[in-house]
Amino acid sequence: MAETAAELARTRPRPVPLTWLGVVPFMLFALMFLIVPATLLMIGAFQDPQGNFTLQNIANLNQPTIIKAYRTSIAISAASAFGGALIGFGIAYAVALGHVPRWIRPTMMTFSGVASNFAGVPLAFAFMATLGRTGLVTALLTSIFGINIYRYGFNLLSFGGLTLTYLYFQIPLMILIMTPAIDGLKREWREASAILGASTWQYWRMVAFPILWPSLLGAFLLLFANAFGAIATAYALTGSSLNIITILLFAQIRGDVLHDPNLGYALALGMILITGLSNGAYIWLRSRSERWMR
Amino acid sequence: MSFLTLESLTKTFGNQTTIHGIDLAVERGEFVSFLGPSGCGKTTTLRMIAGFETPTSGTIKIDGKDVTDLRPNQRNIGMVFQAYALFPNMTIADNIAFGLKVARKSSAEIAARVKEMLELIKLPHIGDRYPYQLSGGQQQRVALARALAIKPKILLLDEPLSALDAKIRISLREEIRAVQRALGITTIYVTHDQEEALSMSDRICVMNDGRIEQLGTPFEIYNYPKTRFVASFVGTLNILNGQVLDSTSGRLSIDDQEIVTARELGGASAGDTLSLALRPEALSIGHANGGSNNLSGTIDEVHFLGSVVRIRVRFKDNVVSLDTFNRPHSAPPERGQPVTVNFTREDILVLDRPAI
Amino acid sequence: MKRPVIGPWITIILGTLYFLVPLIATFEFSLRMKRGVYSFEAYRVVFGDPNFQASFTYSAVIAIAAILVGVLIVVPTAYIVQLKLPRLRPLVEFITLLPLVIPAIVLVFGYLRMYNSSSWLPLTNSVRGTDFLLTCAYVTLALPYMYRAVDTGLRAIDIRTLTEAAQSLGSSWPRILFQVILPNVRVAVLSGAFLTFAIVIGEFTMASLLNRPAFGPYLQLIGANRAYEPAALAIIAFIITWACMGLIQLFGGGRQRAARR
Repeated sequence: MAETAAELARTRPRPVPLTWLGVVPFMLFALMFLIVPATLLMIGAFQDPQGNFTLQNIANLNQPTIIKAYRTSIAISAASAFGGALIGFGIAYAVALGHVPRWIRPTMMTFSGVASNFAGVPLAFAFMATLGRTGLVTALLTSIFGINIYRYGFNLLSFGGLTLTYLYFQIPLMILIMTPAIDGLKREWREASAILGASTWQYWRMVAFPILWPSLLGAFLLLFANAFGAIATAYALTGSSLNIITILLFAQIRGDVLHDPNLGYALALGMILITGLSNGAYIWLRSRSERWMR
Repeated sequence: MSFLTLESLTKTFGNQTTIHGIDLAVERGEFVSFLGPSGCGKTTTLRMIAGFETPTSGTIKIDGKDVTDLRPNQRNIGMVFQAYALFPNMTIADNIAFGLKVARKSSAEIAARVKEMLELIKLPHIGDRYPYQLSGGQQQRVALARALAIKPKILLLDEPLSALDAKIRISLREEIRAVQRALGITTIYVTHDQEEALSMSDRICVMNDGRIEQLGTPFEIYNYPKTRFVASFVGTLNILNGQVLDSTSGRLSIDDQEIVTARELGGASAGDTLSLALRPEALSIGHANGGSNNLSGTIDEVHFLGSVVRIRVRFKDNVVSLDTFNRPHSAPPERGQPVTVNFTREDILVLDRPAI
Repeated sequence: MKRPVIGPWITIILGTLYFLVPLIATFEFSLRMKRGVYSFEAYRVVFGDPNFQASFTYSAVIAIAAILVGVLIVVPTAYIVQLKLPRLRPLVEFITLLPLVIPAIVLVFGYLRMYNSSSWLPLTNSVRGTDFLLTCAYVTLALPYMYRAVDTGLRAIDIRTLTEAAQSLGSSWPRILFQVILPNVRVAVLSGAFLTFAIVIGEFTMASLLNRPAFGPYLQLIGANRAYEPAALAIIAFIITWACMGLIQLFGGGRQRAARR
């Protein structure tokens, strides 16, 4: 038996080197355009212009403009992720469990697929045409209800305006993530809890919500990272008037506004840390909920 | 008075009536199976008892109380689902405790009851595990424990074994019946598996097309099927056409050979054609059986199945299959060989009796 | 158990309004270029603008190049990982998720550091070099979507049997990959391609920081200087996105139906 196996091993051409060769382009590409560039930035964050190790760049992050930029970015990302998660969950729930006609669901999913990818510069244009000073909704509100939202302190080029704009892709993204998760709630769980004496509220509190919780929190984190790294919409909407971290970094790359290239690397490192943490938590939570759902 | 009664229960979905007026009375402590093919209405009926479906008309009474309009969570019923339906986010102990927690029982009482239930299903050490760590059979036992923990008035089981493999199915079948007997709980068991229904039930309610075809003990259902559907759905069956020669003495003719039945021919008169049925195990070759009916024919086909040899015999138009045991020392009969098929007067089932 | 259906309806209607109102407003706004009448003047101006044509063509070419490079990198890798090297799966999946973790602006910042004029590989020195860099940047952006699409597609067919059948007929490895496997995951590759196109066509950050005359920077420039054309461009961009998603649905839906059968 052992002999024949050994014989087989000798006669059969060994495919291992060839298969490894097949993944070389991918690995090379990943190294050149993902891993090395990101690593270089992270290294740069700990170097002075002469290339010596320093923690000064990290320390230099502690200045009002940068702190405020991080804060605003985190606030907008959290607000749009929270709003998107809440509203998106509501719509996903309505579509999946709301006893609405069957055609609504595929329509909503297709639309969500489009809207979640409709971001960047054109999205900014759309919201300017809608809620800008001469936008249609602004004009309609003024002429029909006599409410000039700009007089009440609304400004599209602000925290609230940008959050509202981000919701346009955050909500659909949430719908795309949560509808399958809600589908994963088996009808039998609801029935089993009902027959055991639980009310609808108790079912949601004790069964459905705990089951959905990892997906919900995970989706929130994904939405957060999604908004945190975004720049095009904000830039097209506000130019550089809004101080968020991506716009600050953009300006730094363009013209070294911080007058210190290595500080820029530290800025980028901070961003990687924040999105990395929230994405990491997302992946972890997802694997947890998948284990249950098996 | 019966413990569970269904009175002219009907259910209509859209313009399609799926349950056509079901009447049923189940005694306290009784184990009743709903047996029928898929789509016969057995699950719908069960779901109406549970309260998941609202009957279009009719009433459901449990222990003398009309529960027709009560919601599922007010009925105090235990239910076991086909796909286990354990809550995946809770441990086994929490699953079993769920109904008690919802009912706001004290934690000491809950702990004691959970322990008792785990011992009842003979899995005393799995309280801390999660459902995904258990096998299908274990999950279904936990589901049973969870359903029973709330001390329900009635236990409903919706095809609880059909997701499991054959071996576990048989052992769990016995276990469910043992637990049911020990607790003396009134039980409705939905299945499409006749063997399950026959082996477990006190009474079987054979359903077809939203109606009860026959209600009776397993013995009655198998040996005295009242309709052609029951006869063919429960067990295997040879169906023959026979002409009535004399309805009072029960003389019949099958392919011009005369036989006599001990069964009621109802209102049939001489010359009528009847459907007759014979179970394969009631037939024997030769006269060994000692029955008074003999039909001669030729062997059409011989299937050697191991311990059993299935032989098909043709008379003229009618064909029957019968089983003989394999005997190592004598060769099985051959095709074309003339044989006599023997059976008793009682073994003939008369199907489709004309209405009286 | 009947429950009131009014709540879900309100949610869905409000959500739909939130999606539709900006589109309607933008469309209405795009028609207002001529004083007092609705006209397609803004669209005429946009389509007539040589910069529009040039930048759109440029971005489309880069997008197609990125799709080709992406397919060439992803398909063999996904195939080999699934068939021969399953132990590489966690690593490969981690890598394909990285572009979601590292924001695009950070990535391009890294490229500028790594491939600048004084580096070992000064891609940014030449126009062609920068075009190549932008293509690779877009491949990176689309990597998570492309990989997931192809991986799912490969799972749906029995690649082992297909491969062994082809081998028994004496096919060589490249032949198996390009004549047997690729046609069978065509649908998956196509949906990855359309998604890539939708993501890349109006991309702003990378193109702008690499100083290439792409559609994204053009959009931004128009937005900063004109009134009605941006609205027309937003509608055009929306239609492009919709077309890409619609094509994915079309192909993907057909496959799902076939699979169910």
